[in-house]
Amino acid sequence: MSGSELTRQSVPSLPRGVRLKHDDVRDRTILVAPERTLVLDGPGIAIMELVDGENSIEVIAERLAEKFDAPLKTIGNDVVAFLRDLINRGYLDIRNDGG
Amino acid sequence: MTAGNGQSGNGGRVDAPPPLAMLAEITHRCPLACPYCSNPLELKSASEELTTEEWIDVFEQAAKLGVLHLHLSGGEPLARRDLLELTRGAVRADLYTNLITSGIGLTESRLDGLAEVGLDHVQLSLQGVDETTSDFISGYHGGHTRKIQVASWVRARGIPLTVNAVCHRMNMAVIPEMIELAVKLGARRLEIATVQFHGWAIVNRNQLMPTRAQVEETTQLVEKARKEREGELVIDYVPADYYATYPKACMGGWGRTGINIDPTGRALPCHAAETIPSLTFDNVRDKSLSDIWYHSSSFNAFRGTDWMAEPCRTCDRREMDFGGCRCQAMAIAGHANAADPACYKSPFKEEMLALAETASQSGTVEPFVYRGR
Repeated sequence: MSGSELTRQSVPSLPRGVRLKHDDVRDRTILVAPERTLVLDGPGIAIMELVDGENSIEVIAERLAEKFDAPLKTIGNDVVAFLRDLINRGYLDIRNDGG
Repeated sequence: MTAGNGQSGNGGRVDAPPPLAMLAEITHRCPLACPYCSNPLELKSASEELTTEEWIDVFEQAAKLGVLHLHLSGGEPLARRDLLELTRGAVRADLYTNLITSGIGLTESRLDGLAEVGLDHVQLSLQGVDETTSDFISGYHGGHTRKIQVASWVRARGIPLTVNAVCHRMNMAVIPEMIELAVKLGARRLEIATVQFHGWAIVNRNQLMPTRAQVEETTQLVEKARKEREGELVIDYVPADYYATYPKACMGGWGRTGINIDPTGRALPCHAAETIPSLTFDNVRDKSLSDIWYHSSSFNAFRGTDWMAEPCRTCDRREMDFGGCRCQAMAIAGHANAADPACYKSPFKEEMLALAETASQSGTVEPFVYRGR
């Protein structure tokens, strides 16, 4: 499914074949996918730690807004933009069935 | 040239980042006979191959050194009866483990085992979109049908699939169909790689060389397909460099990202590196992987920029393409430290273009020369 179909109820998950791991040698957190790696920055790590195949985008945004004491709307937009990019690049799956 | 002359005065070696990827050519044995096989002309025999324990030790060293992706390749890696143990060892070392295969030799029960030990990804080669052409190219009767079946087994187990399609004059016309087929097979990634003229591919250059028009058409078509398939299929494309303006950053730069281990344990900076006669290669049976990566003469030979001659030495792009492919420079310019003749600045560019034009215009009646047949 394309990243353009994202809603606040969409549930992102890591597909088999994509791993979130800490790269000890280079001391950084990365997503590892076929032939590719993506280095995550602080906000990216915070988002990915909440991507568990259960949490909807709304839930992820609420948790982060609480954690960083930031406006939900801004955080929500950032989360959607980040996840849409990862979905389009094949790092994430998305489910829109609400369950 | 002298080996290791690319030093930057830092304790006698160039600062190299840790490697990201390892290509483990666990065997040269293969049931297929693709006319563009990238393995060397002289293959290693089964009796010379590293043992199970030796390979697993290499994988553990690789992970500690910083390797993230391990590509189990060949030959056909399924020809190793211990592939399951090797995969288990690689996954335990926390390497992202990719099986690069023709699919020939895979059974459902073997795949069950591989899935269970945690194989991360399968890269399946396709030679074409129909049985007749594909089997003709691979020299293996029944291969294409089997590959289609293997793709369905892989997807049924939820293992992500990449389709790898080597393209050349004979199959470039069917790239749109290849993209369709990859999607239909459930691949999330497609590699369209134009034949690189090393190894056995040089033997069949006249039959394989795409025309300039084909290359231009393919490049446009891939760009368009990438946009149309965004979110559905990632397309990685290796264009033909004979007609290019600039060379490709071969291997992401010599000794910068990847390390190849041949079936006997020799560590190579790229899979064609042994075509450069001045290089000698260390073996993981004799030295640690870390020692080889940071200190061996072959890995240091073309690191940094000090080894470069003109026009590379003063070129603005020297840190972008690293002078291109060393093996192509060797093959066409006759010197491994010359500019890649794919570059418009190379004095050998005209020669390379003429070679490509002549080869691509040669008659299609010339039969393929298959390895060992």
